[in-house]
Amino acid sequence: MDTQRRKFLKIAGVTALAGIGAPALVRLSSSTALASEHGAPPAAEHAAAAAHGAPVETAPQGVRLGMVIDMRRITEQPELLDNAIAACNAAHNIPQFDNRKSEVKWIWKAPFANVFPGESSYHLAKSVEKTDFAVLCNHCDDPPCVRACPTQATFKVKENGIVAMDYHRCIGCRFCMAACPYGARSFNWEDPRPYIKKYNKDFPSRMRGVVEKCNFCGERLALGQEPACVEACQGTGAIVFGDLNDAQSEIRQVLDKEFTIQRNASLGTKPSVFYIV
Amino acid sequence: MYNKGTIIPGLIIFVLFVTFPIWFNGLKAGDLPKPELPPGGEKKCVMPVEYMRANHMQLLNDWRDNVLRDDNRAVVEIEGKKYRKGLQMACMQCHSNKEKFCDNCHTYAAVNPYCWDCHLTPKEAASKEETH
Repeated sequence: MDTQRRKFLKIAGVTALAGIGAPALVRLSSSTALASEHGAPPAAEHAAAAAHGAPVETAPQGVRLGMVIDMRRITEQPELLDNAIAACNAAHNIPQFDNRKSEVKWIWKAPFANVFPGESSYHLAKSVEKTDFAVLCNHCDDPPCVRACPTQATFKVKENGIVAMDYHRCIGCRFCMAACPYGARSFNWEDPRPYIKKYNKDFPSRMRGVVEKCNFCGERLALGQEPACVEACQGTGAIVFGDLNDAQSEIRQVLDKEFTIQRNASLGTKPSVFYIV
Repeated sequence: MYNKGTIIPGLIIFVLFVTFPIWFNGLKAGDLPKPELPPGGEKKCVMPVEYMRANHMQLLNDWRDNVLRDDNRAVVEIEGKKYRKGLQMACMQCHSNKEKFCDNCHTYAAVNPYCWDCHLTPKEAASKEETH
């Protein structure tokens, strides 16, 4: 009995020592190996990053599509906005519901105070107060909806900066609707088909249970056409569409000349839709 | 073997029961589906027939990703006729009858693709072209 207990204690002791010592031994050997392989560079990299304070941000490049909405023109001719909305509804098979709860909207009307809640509407010009503003998805450069989407059903198209939807992947969780600060997304509470007035045979409808929004007419751009709302206001300059990163584009000429505001710019979403009030 | 009298008849009953769907239909799998060829007489699809038969769903998924995600909406040209990538814009241009073309095989194979929840069949699209 005695000898067995002594043997047991010995084995237990050695095992415990080995258990405690092994990690230290592994760390020692691996760190020496790393140091001999890489030498100084990692430390230098860290120092460089620390000196800048943050990883270096690359300058914005490539096409970034945007829009300028000249509200002065729409105030003069309010029917322009009606035409633009009708053109969008027809192009994208958007259902028209009577009850506001089920409403699906890609481009719609809203009063100044709702569109720019951050701006004071105290003693607002009468013309602005009475006019309905055109509101649509801002196609933000840093879109909160894309970050919220758990299935990557909504994403930024690298080639043109459009915040697009893949309805095949949408699971209808509506996180994007909660994340969007502009209310630009609508949920299909009901089957939309019976409420679509006229079908555009080149575009699908949506189904019950998916979120939808403006797509900057990606399908029309591919055919070399302008977005439906821009086309509806053609010749009036009410809506100008183009590449924000191209200094020669029409939209940049307008932006360089006119004072424009963006919706809730302080949020840092970098909207691509600008307003001339 | 113990309980031979129960086990062997039991096995026979079991095998008969499991193979019921096979022998009940007279060892036939029903008439093979014959999807309707394009009524317009088009002979050439975007890919060879064998490939389309086996992999059309893969092609549709690729097109979907090309169009929606990769901003690659390049047109497909077949014998001088141009098609835009898309179920409604390419496939249904020739195979204009969804019931006689798509459903024919899908019903036989008991698959239920959800394409038509959103995409419009030519018939459906035409149903609301004039009204309102």
